[in-house]
Amino acid sequence: MDTLHSNPLRPPLIDGAPDAAQVTADIARPLDSWPERRWWISFGVALLALLQGVGMVTYEIATGIGTWGLNRPVGWAFDITNFVFWIGIGHAGTLISAILLLFRQRWRTSINRSAEAMTIFAVMCAGLFPLIHMGRPWFAYFAFPYPNARGLWVNFRSPLIWDVVAISTYFTISLVFWYLGLIPDLATLRDRTESKIKRFLYALGSFGWDGSQRTWSRYETASLVLAGLATPLVLSVHSIVSMDFATSVLPGWHTTIFPPYFVAGAIFSGFAMVALLLILTRGVMGLDRYITLRHLDAMAKVMLLTGSMVGFCYATELFMAWYSGNPYERYAFFNRALGPYAWAYWTMVSCNVLVPQLYWLQRVRRSPFWLAVTCVLVNVGMWFERFVIIVTSLHRDFLPSSWGMYKPTLIEVGTLIGSFGLFFTLFLVFIRVLPMVSIWEIKTLTGERARGRPVSIVERLKPTEAEVPDAERRPLVAMEATHGG
Amino acid sequence: MVADDAFGTAATSGSAEAGPPEGPLVAYFADAQGVLTAARELIRNGIGVAEIYGPYPLHEADHLLGRRRSRLPWVTLAAGACGTAMALGLQFYTNVLHWPMNVGGKPANSLLAFIPITFELTVLLGGVATAGAFLAASRLIPRLRPPGLLDGVTDDRFALVVDHLAPGFDEKEAQRILDAVGGGEIRSPKTSEATFEGKV
Repeated sequence: MDTLHSNPLRPPLIDGAPDAAQVTADIARPLDSWPERRWWISFGVALLALLQGVGMVTYEIATGIGTWGLNRPVGWAFDITNFVFWIGIGHAGTLISAILLLFRQRWRTSINRSAEAMTIFAVMCAGLFPLIHMGRPWFAYFAFPYPNARGLWVNFRSPLIWDVVAISTYFTISLVFWYLGLIPDLATLRDRTESKIKRFLYALGSFGWDGSQRTWSRYETASLVLAGLATPLVLSVHSIVSMDFATSVLPGWHTTIFPPYFVAGAIFSGFAMVALLLILTRGVMGLDRYITLRHLDAMAKVMLLTGSMVGFCYATELFMAWYSGNPYERYAFFNRALGPYAWAYWTMVSCNVLVPQLYWLQRVRRSPFWLAVTCVLVNVGMWFERFVIIVTSLHRDFLPSSWGMYKPTLIEVGTLIGSFGLFFTLFLVFIRVLPMVSIWEIKTLTGERARGRPVSIVERLKPTEAEVPDAERRPLVAMEATHGG
Repeated sequence: MVADDAFGTAATSGSAEAGPPEGPLVAYFADAQGVLTAARELIRNGIGVAEIYGPYPLHEADHLLGRRRSRLPWVTLAAGACGTAMALGLQFYTNVLHWPMNVGGKPANSLLAFIPITFELTVLLGGVATAGAFLAASRLIPRLRPPGLLDGVTDDRFALVVDHLAPGFDEKEAQRILDAVGGGEIRSPKTSEATFEGKV
């Protein structure tokens, strides 16, 4: 068992030393109170954005893909950009819940629940885009292999089918992992709530959890196994998304660096989104003590690393375009940096490469305000990265007579805003109905910490002093002393 | 929360109850260290500990209670292997045997192109089966009232249930040890024998 964070010499991961009952009360408090005005305003805005998005998509489906600005040669544009953007956002959640669990990064305990929820919501947003991109979403089931009257099977050699399988697997495993972690917390809520309806719902959701060590031990095995499975899974998902591009023969897409480049970018943008959500909610939810500046600091460090990896990938792409000696490849990158979409390219470079370099400064990493500002910029930059990759590679293809420019229509912009509406609506509902910080995992931290403290033995033996013979007491004292130290 | 009368009344009411095997002794502790010390002390004196309940996992408890490692990873392995076999079987059957398609002039049995889906299905089946097996093995099913749920163990305290069914169980001795280590409140719960039987 790791004693890293029970070492009294290290700064604790949680401010103050709340006992277990305090942890339960603090985290469950927002679930028992009526939301304040700020929440209602945010929820109203998010819901409005969602509803207009529903309107836009309904109009698009009823009328046809012609309502979008894409056309030959730009066949993929806003929709696939949004799809890759949202899938990328999701990756931080799985990284935090699975990879950091395997690496025993205990600071993840304060942020994993909301990060995993964010993953699930982001994958839901992402899944919408290929669906509406099909134009006739009622035929979406064609993507699944089933015996059919058309006498055709899906083409299993197509990365688009890999995508379908990868994303549905990713969604399912993320949901299962997230829910398993919720079961003990739902039991805690079940046993403390006053409301009959809530107790009924929590009881159903907590599956009769009773906190026995046998179950806990099995639970830990299960979550370790799931983390082991989710670790290669999260790396595979964005790799497969990148293969949608990399397996084509298009200059600008056909590069072997895409899988690691996409994964690094995904974690980068995902952490920016988690950090932003937590900065916005931790104060309002009264969870500053659990989601501290040290957590933000750690997240900023991950962003610094992954942002620099993304910058390195940009440089590698440019170098390879020149070094390959392939005129088409060279032109694709020349056109990206200096062509009509140069503004998008330089927005991407400044937001993704230059902005994260600010995280070298501790003052920026530990300032919620500056961290929030830079996280928004990083997300803007990462959205533009996907836009640049997709649109600039397509808009000037091999035949100069068909060159053109792509401009999004109102419908496409509205759909993007709608996806943000969906994401924030779900997240806002989540923080009011489920504990956004894992109650039991925080208790393992505070509990270990308490055990790291020397225990006053005399005080513990007091109530029974009269009854215990001296001979009995001595071994106990020795045992506790070694244990406490 | 310790009160000597509480022990006394609990013990007398426990022994006054009808039926030869009495309800098991349950001791509550405010912290992990207390419950582990008590368990260690009981076991050292030859008294069995049936189960420890608490708001978070205690890794030492597995060793103390002599629990084997969970066999869940074998379920993962088996289900994952099923996923691998299913994915490869499906792809070979559809794209090679049943309806070979010429994609870019490549051979029909292009194993390399089948790997991503094979990997994903391995993870999907392995993961879902692990979660399902965990719930099944722990008897976790949606229900309104878990049998024999102890007070406060999902919030801030630990409970130790003494194995009272072991041959030669000496309740007085168990009570004395629990008193000595300063176990918070000790009582014989009124829950029926059957529910605890199922639990421990």
